Order: sequence, then C-alpha cells, then structure tokens
Amino acid sequence: MTRFLLPAGVFALLVTVLFIGVQRAPEKTVIPSALIGKSAPAFVLPVLGSAEQFSAASMRGRWYVLNVWGTWCPECRNEHETLLEIARSRALPVIGLNWKDEDGAALEWLEQLGNPYDVVAVDREGRVAIDWGVYGAPETFLVDASGTVVYRHVGPLDPQTWSREFLGRLPRGAIGGGS
Amino acid sequence: MVVAWLLIAVPRALAIDPIELEEPALQERYRDLTHELRCMQCQNQSIADSPVGLAGDLRREVRELLLAGKTDAEIRNHMRERYGDFILFRPQFSSRNAWLWLTPLLLLLIGLGAAVRVIRRRAALAPTDHSLHDEPSGDSAPPDGSAS
Repeated sequence: MTRFLLPAGVFALLVTVLFIGVQRAPEKTVIPSALIGKSAPAFVLPVLGSAEQFSAASMRGRWYVLNVWGTWCPECRNEHETLLEIARSRALPVIGLNWKDEDGAALEWLEQLGNPYDVVAVDREGRVAIDWGVYGAPETFLVDASGTVVYRHVGPLDPQTWSREFLGRLPRGAIGGGS
Repeated sequence: MVVAWLLIAVPRALAIDPIELEEPALQERYRDLTHELRCMQCQNQSIADSPVGLAGDLRREVRELLLAGKTDAEIRNHMRERYGDFILFRPQFSSRNAWLWLTPLLLLLIGLGAAVRVIRRRAALAPTDHSLHDEPSGDSAPPDGSAS
C-alpha cells in the first residue's frame, strides 16, 4: 500500500504545482517592476512644446500618474481615450513621459487626439525611461505623496484597470491631488 | 587578399553593435556584460544581440558606466535595481529565488536517500540467494521457514 502512496503523493503535488503555474500564466507575461515600494527616480527634463523644465521633485506631496508614451507606439493610441477620461475626471495629475519621440510628431498627436497630460516631459534619449525600468510603451506608474512607486501597469490602460489598480490603491482624500 | 579582408570586415560591419571601446580591457568587459544582460523587449536575446532601440540604450548605459569606472558587479546591480532579476541571464542568489536554487539539491538528496535504501535492501537479500545456490538439494529449511 505505502509503495503506491508515495508516488501518488508526489504526483498529486506535481499536478498542484503545475496547475497553479498554468492558472497564473497570464500574469507571468508581464515583468514585475523592480521599483515598487522604492523612491520614484528623480529627473529634470524639458517640457514638450515649451522652454521650461519639469522636475519630478515638484510632485512631492501629491499622488500622481506617470504615463510613458510615444507616437511610434500603436498601443498608446488605443489607450488614449482612457487617458482623456482620466484627465476629465480630475482624479490625479497625469504626467506624460514622451519616450524617444520627435517633438513635432508628439505635439501633432496631442493636437489631433486631445491632450490628457498636465505636463509632458521629453525623454528623447531614453535615459529617464531606463531609470524607471521601462521596457515598452505604454507603461503607467502610480506614485504616492511621499514619492514612492506604488504600482506599474504594462500595456494600454482601460477604464477597468484604472479604477481597480489605480483608484483602488488611493487613500481617501488623495483624489484631486490634495493641493 | 581582398576576400580575406572581406571575411573579417563584413561580419563586423553587419554586427548589431559596431561600437568598440578604445581600451581593449574595457571592450572585453563591455562584450561580456552586454552578452549577459537580457533585452527586455525581445526576451530571449541579450542586449548585445538585439537590434531594438531599448537594447541600444542599455548598451550605451553599460558603456557609460564602464567609462565612469564602475565594476562589473556595480553595473549588474545598476541594471537589476531598474529591471529586476529578470534582466540578468545569470540571476544572483536571493531570498526570493532561494527555493529555485535549492530544490534540485533537495531532489538529489531524496534520490540519493532512495537509492541507498534500495541498495541496502538488495544487499540484505543477496546472502540468502547465495546460500540457496550453494545447496540446491539441501533439505534444511529456509532460515525463516519456522517463523511462518
């Protein structure tokens, strides 16, 4: 009896482990961010379409969203409507990080599709994107009032993801930016 | 002569990364490092082999860190802080992946234990077999005959 019990137990264990693995397969296609729970990388970059500079440090004390995009990225077009909705809801400030793009093309894109961003920082050389561990566009980060990265979403945003993963992580009173 | 030159020159010109650092020692470290960092976009290639833009940016980052005098470990750590363990083709041992490193060892120990048990059992059987062979016509009862 015991000589069958042991292999059967091992087999059952194997089935359980593999089953959990298969169940969780979809979330494995997204690489988790190494920045969660850490300080958002500081940066100072030129503002799109202006001579000003934007410093991430100026967001201290407020929750905000950083959205990485480029006009060369088709999925960014797909999430644009959601970003516009977010902007209209005025839930959180949305900072755009225009990644390895042309200023002219980016300005034209915002003019044609509408501008959901409070400010767009231009990362033409992709250095800031590396500091944020960005590996594709679009990516969207949620940063809390202390400047800590709370969440990252990889791929186009949709309203469900927005309310579940972003709004769901906000403390009461954070909506509206608290300024 | 021209053919020989082409054989050498063409692969270099066609390489994904034609850049060479001036100092040979740095170039060697650069080559090794870029081969063991994963291109996060095309995940089964190293950043040395990938033509995508991000891989080029990461190579530039490695180059700049090398020229700034960082050690290989510091450069690996720099990448790991940003992209996580996944960017390293040879991930380091950490509390999070300890079970992954130790499971094979555990399985090997279980296997060895099982093998030892089987061998011991077989070894215990052997003398009985041997004695039966020696006296095929012996009328003495088997050693455990009286017990049953």
